[in-house]
Amino acid sequence: MTTRPRLALVDYGAGNLVSVGRALEVAGAEIRAVSRGPDVDGFDGIVVPGVGASAPAMAVLRRTGLEPALREAVASGVPYLGICLGLQLVFERSDEDGAELLGLVPGVVRLLADAPRLPHIGWNAVERLREHPLFEGVKPDAPFYFVHSYAGEPRATEAALATTEHGSRFTSAVSVGRLVGVQFHPERSAEDGLRLLENYVGLVREPDRWTEVQGRRPADESAPGAVLSGAGR
Amino acid sequence: MLLRRVIPCLDVAAGRVVKGTRFRDLRDAGDPAELAERYAAAGADEIVFLDIDAAPQRRGTLLDVVERTARRVFVPLTVGGGVRSEAEMKAVLRAGADRVSLNTAAVADPGLIRRSARRFGRQCVVVAIDARAREGAPGRWEVLVAGGRRNTGLDTVDWARRAADAGAGEILLTSIDRDGTRQGFDLPLLRAVSGAIGVPLVASGGAGSPADMVAAISEGGADAVLAASIFHRDVHSIAAVKAAMSRAGIPVRLVDAAA
Repeated sequence: MTTRPRLALVDYGAGNLVSVGRALEVAGAEIRAVSRGPDVDGFDGIVVPGVGASAPAMAVLRRTGLEPALREAVASGVPYLGICLGLQLVFERSDEDGAELLGLVPGVVRLLADAPRLPHIGWNAVERLREHPLFEGVKPDAPFYFVHSYAGEPRATEAALATTEHGSRFTSAVSVGRLVGVQFHPERSAEDGLRLLENYVGLVREPDRWTEVQGRRPADESAPGAVLSGAGR
Repeated sequence: MLLRRVIPCLDVAAGRVVKGTRFRDLRDAGDPAELAERYAAAGADEIVFLDIDAAPQRRGTLLDVVERTARRVFVPLTVGGGVRSEAEMKAVLRAGADRVSLNTAAVADPGLIRRSARRFGRQCVVVAIDARAREGAPGRWEVLVAGGRRNTGLDTVDWARRAADAGAGEILLTSIDRDGTRQGFDLPLLRAVSGAIGVPLVASGGAGSPADMVAAISEGGADAVLAASIFHRDVHSIAAVKAAMSRAGIPVRLVDAAA
């Protein structure tokens, strides 16, 4: 029997922990909710869920010491999965409220342009720009569930892993080193969502596979402000 | 392209699913978590729970139902019915709901919409509106609250617009006249509200056939269709509804459903 990797599920009051935690358990992980910086230490991987606005979320991350802890963990190569707001937070800044974010991935979070209706709520095709083990076994344009109005645009095009169209096209999945993020909700995207979470748990369990990913994209290391340059060791 | 959603709605009272006609004559239709799981397997794009009992002393029962469901159902879950405050909203979200719908409390205090949108994000806030045709005023609908028992005198189109402006991320619009009748959605009502708001509109009340669902979207301008009795009574399956929508050129998520 394979071991269940231990994942820190970051609780900063904006997430739907029950469904994310339960889906990760089904996907083969052992979960612990953490709400203070020092508690992030010693896990095999990190998952940051969340919905809502970024400014209040960042305020909590700062107050609880989670901000430096997350930054440190990612810099030292601990795998990070951001879901929805948990992805948006890795960028530098949000147009939503001008909030300064974690700045782990160069880029800005912007309102979806030319959307017929906002928020963007429902199932929409996630079209991959390249292959990645996170999407292994998922059809190339499988629909996932979205509920958001903003999305982060990475400055380095290599960081974009998939796009989705709602009025205009936006980045719906990101990968930089051992940091991955999805704008949709895998925990609410039925079979394909559970598959994606299983794939993340698998990547956490076999860290060598990240190197494989990195090898395919040498361009990342030269990305502006390559905060994650240490992540591929 | 964004797919159109098909949403089964489970009216919950004292921990059980019930269904009535025009908000009356309630009958037992099963265990909420079990039904939700079955619908998810059959291709439901989202599940809505409405606590139609909504007695404060039985709030715990609802939270328990939400938590049990959220643990085994991996499609989105929207929960409403009797939610009066941000604190109650938080409790429902913490139990595992993805979104919360406000109805009576939002009419009483529209500031609640703004405050909860700021705190939880507008995508979490659904405003449910129960509308009834105004007698002697064709093309006008009034808003009723308290489970259809109290007339507010508000105009439905005005209220939908104000709710969206205040921060509602979606409008769930139920025609009381059509609820449970399977006579089709109130298309003029849907058109009137759809044209007045920039947030998604969920059509509810009157679904009787897959063709009604198609009409709600292509003629009513709805972004999603919600139904209860046709699914609970196995009149039409979710798969049949989606197949019909797909044939009519409406993009939907097709599932190889085991159920």
